[in-house]
Amino acid sequence: MRIFLFIFLLATAPAWAGSLEPKLDIGKGGEHCVEDTRYMRLNHMRLIMHQRDETVHLGIRGSKYSLAGCVDCHASTRNNSVLGSNENFCQGCHAYAAVKIDCFECHSSKRRMPAAAASAEPAANTAASTNKGASTAAKSGTEVSK
Amino acid sequence: MSKVDINRRAFLGKTGVALGGLVIAPGLVLFDFAHAQQLPVRKPGEPASSAVRWGMLIDTTQCGSNCNECVSACSKENGWPEAKTPTDVQWIRKIEIKQVSTGRQVALPMMCQHCANPPCVDVCPTAASFKRADGIVLVDKHRCIGCRYCMMACPFKARSFVHEPVADHDSDMPRGQGTVESCTLCVHRLDRGVQPACVEACAKTGHRAMIFGDLNDPNSEIYLRIRSVTTTQLRADLGLNTGFSFVGL
Repeated sequence: MRIFLFIFLLATAPAWAGSLEPKLDIGKGGEHCVEDTRYMRLNHMRLIMHQRDETVHLGIRGSKYSLAGCVDCHASTRNNSVLGSNENFCQGCHAYAAVKIDCFECHSSKRRMPAAAASAEPAANTAASTNKGASTAAKSGTEVSK
Repeated sequence: MSKVDINRRAFLGKTGVALGGLVIAPGLVLFDFAHAQQLPVRKPGEPASSAVRWGMLIDTTQCGSNCNECVSACSKENGWPEAKTPTDVQWIRKIEIKQVSTGRQVALPMMCQHCANPPCVDVCPTAASFKRADGIVLVDKHRCIGCRYCMMACPFKARSFVHEPVADHDSDMPRGQGTVESCTLCVHRLDRGVQPACVEACAKTGHRAMIFGDLNDPNSEIYLRIRSVTTTQLRADLGLNTGFSFVGL
């Protein structure tokens, strides 16, 4: 009996393995990322770690690599955030890899919005879903408009 | 003469003549409108330079005792909720001091004095407290372990501890539970050449009690004022050489 179960699992392996992989909503994206996908998967944390020290200690801003830059491109089109569900860009992949993500305990997980867009955005966000990300996105929308 | 100074002069030449300033006596300008708007901006990729030392001059004779605009502006700009209890975060606060013998009262805003020899930096066990090259004393929250030694060391009670989780983050000013924070002189604005939010708000009320600028630039308003009127640093006895000075204490 046990061997049948094993064979069954083996035969269906490609199907369930595929279902565990994160299905990410990669947001609006840009034309291309700051580096290629494979490099970013391996090294994104090193890039922003280096950049954060330059910004905090030396005051160098507007560099090619930045956490806010990641969020601007990859925030979900639904709740405007990289967090909220396992389909959101950062949370989804980190949940899959079982790596705790600390960035957003301090940093904003919401896309920076131009002041004009901010006034239109909150309504869309609250309508999208009732999860935590969406409700805070609505608040940050009003905050940006200051 | 550095490039920054040349830019500043060119800017002054254009706008200073047009706008002038409020002259209270020959050669003594109370407030220079030309300096209120734009500060020199570094080239992209250029680090903050020790040729600059940011400082502020607070004119207590101009500060309104019921005015709280600088505090509101800071709270809004940096995303901290206005304090309700003594343990709440407070980057800037309004205080009123009274000389008991004469009854003379003075109102002034109190915040990080951005010392040249900051005690908070001396005591920090993780080197999270640091002084940037241009004299701004900051907390690197990536390194801060929340031990609060710096809060004990600061003679001005300028620093606060974030006790609660932060819900709405600001893109420009990351804040998080378990770290210490204080006035950053709106470093994110300075890096774009914009004055701190409190200074802007103070000018908007018409009080103009806060003058911000480069203490090393002989053409800056703050430099000229400090040369021409009596100013006081707080707790000068400690030898901290604060970036802040006060008129009328």
